[in-house]
Amino acid sequence: MTALADRDFFGYRRENGRVGIRNHVVILPLDDLSNAACEKVANNIDGCLALPHHYGRLQFGADLDLHFRTLIGTGKNPNVAACIVIGIEPGWTQRVVDGIAATGKPVAGFSIEGNGEIKAVAMASRKAQEFSQWASELQRQPCKLSDLWVSTKCGESDTTSGLASCPTVGNLIDKVDPLGATTCFGETSELTGAERVCAARAISEEIGQKFLKTWQAYMDEVIEPHKTSDLSESQPTKGNIAGGLTTIEEKAFGNLQKIGKKTKFIDVLEPAEEPAQGAGLYFMDTSSAAAECVTLQAAAGFVVHLFPTGQGNIIGNPIEPVIKLTANPRTAREMPEHIDLDCSGILAGSMTLDQAGDMLIDIMIRTCNGRLTAAESLKHREFVMTKLYRSA
Amino acid sequence: MSGTDFLVHDDGDSVGVVVVEGVESGATLTGLEMESGKSVTMTALAAIPLGHKIALRDFKQGDTVLKYGHDIGKIVADAKAGDHIHVHNMKTKRW
Repeated sequence: MTALADRDFFGYRRENGRVGIRNHVVILPLDDLSNAACEKVANNIDGCLALPHHYGRLQFGADLDLHFRTLIGTGKNPNVAACIVIGIEPGWTQRVVDGIAATGKPVAGFSIEGNGEIKAVAMASRKAQEFSQWASELQRQPCKLSDLWVSTKCGESDTTSGLASCPTVGNLIDKVDPLGATTCFGETSELTGAERVCAARAISEEIGQKFLKTWQAYMDEVIEPHKTSDLSESQPTKGNIAGGLTTIEEKAFGNLQKIGKKTKFIDVLEPAEEPAQGAGLYFMDTSSAAAECVTLQAAAGFVVHLFPTGQGNIIGNPIEPVIKLTANPRTAREMPEHIDLDCSGILAGSMTLDQAGDMLIDIMIRTCNGRLTAAESLKHREFVMTKLYRSA
Repeated sequence: MSGTDFLVHDDGDSVGVVVVEGVESGATLTGLEMESGKSVTMTALAAIPLGHKIALRDFKQGDTVLKYGHDIGKIVADAKAGDHIHVHNMKTKRW
């Protein structure tokens, strides 16, 4: 069997050297008002994917910065071959276009004011056709795991997540980290109870403190000012509780199994911030809601996602394929159309953690080569922008 | 290890996780301590669903529950070894 370091996958090497595993032409709205135009363009031209969302008007400060970072990062993601941006007005539209253009990939912007939607859609459709036909001729090339950026987040967890499916992801992380993969975990609020243990997994005291400061800020600015109860049924969710998880602390220790036993995280990222310290494991400050978290990780440039679930979270993402694994035998039996890897054998004693980690690497490489994930085949495209506060 | 009914993450843990379906009150359960590989036996004092916790010792109100070798919350209603441990007798110490 080929050593893991020598195993190729076939990806799309982009103008800036990054490697994608999908070849989307994205039609990206700057704002809520431009969703309809983007969807019209995607309907007109084959091979185009519109990413409608709810925001982009009258945002300000850190919330506006995050909006731009998420949109620009989404366009920059190497799973995107080319991008069309449509906004209500030209100024902010061009800001997103310029951000994406830094990658060297084809990108063009169109605005609706002064044109009307029908004319804007016509102009954008012509450019989209050009991009789509160009992208269709791009070829996959052999790439190494050191080219791969992998994110992880778990959802509708139960105790089987902490026992087996999260440790399976951890086993993969421990195997690909020494090979130079770039990886990311998040879920700031969901490390509550395990925050000190998590901080001890940082590469240095300084990064550990940076993590604790980020975690404390989430407590002080998000949880404490807004909570009206002990958060039971929200965090843990009703699904978590049905699956046997009782407290946030218990959930947090299960969650943390995803980073394996030995890999250290090398930096703490802002939401949607692109890693800048080279290969290694990163923590990103995110909410623990699945679609919000994966959208931020995709915007930071991660191209494939590993998602352990207990009770059966069915999330997908439009640009970053989400691979789902479960160790809950009932979920595997009752919801098979959502599950890419059933590792419930770990609980039954018929599969070791090491074997499950290898199986996850296999399914990940097959996904990188083009296999549709369960979520992709079901057209799950949850693109959810994180909003920090109300607009002005 | 076929026939394992519950798993215990860490040897010092005070709860285990039932990994089979259909556990009824009175059932004799075989558990596996994952770190040491030791086998333990408990009698279930309640029906415990797959994925839910079983008490491995008697608890008094205010006691800390250990899982993964760490504090995962407090007991809010007394429980006996073999009882189902969940939101009816355990709560978070956070928020």
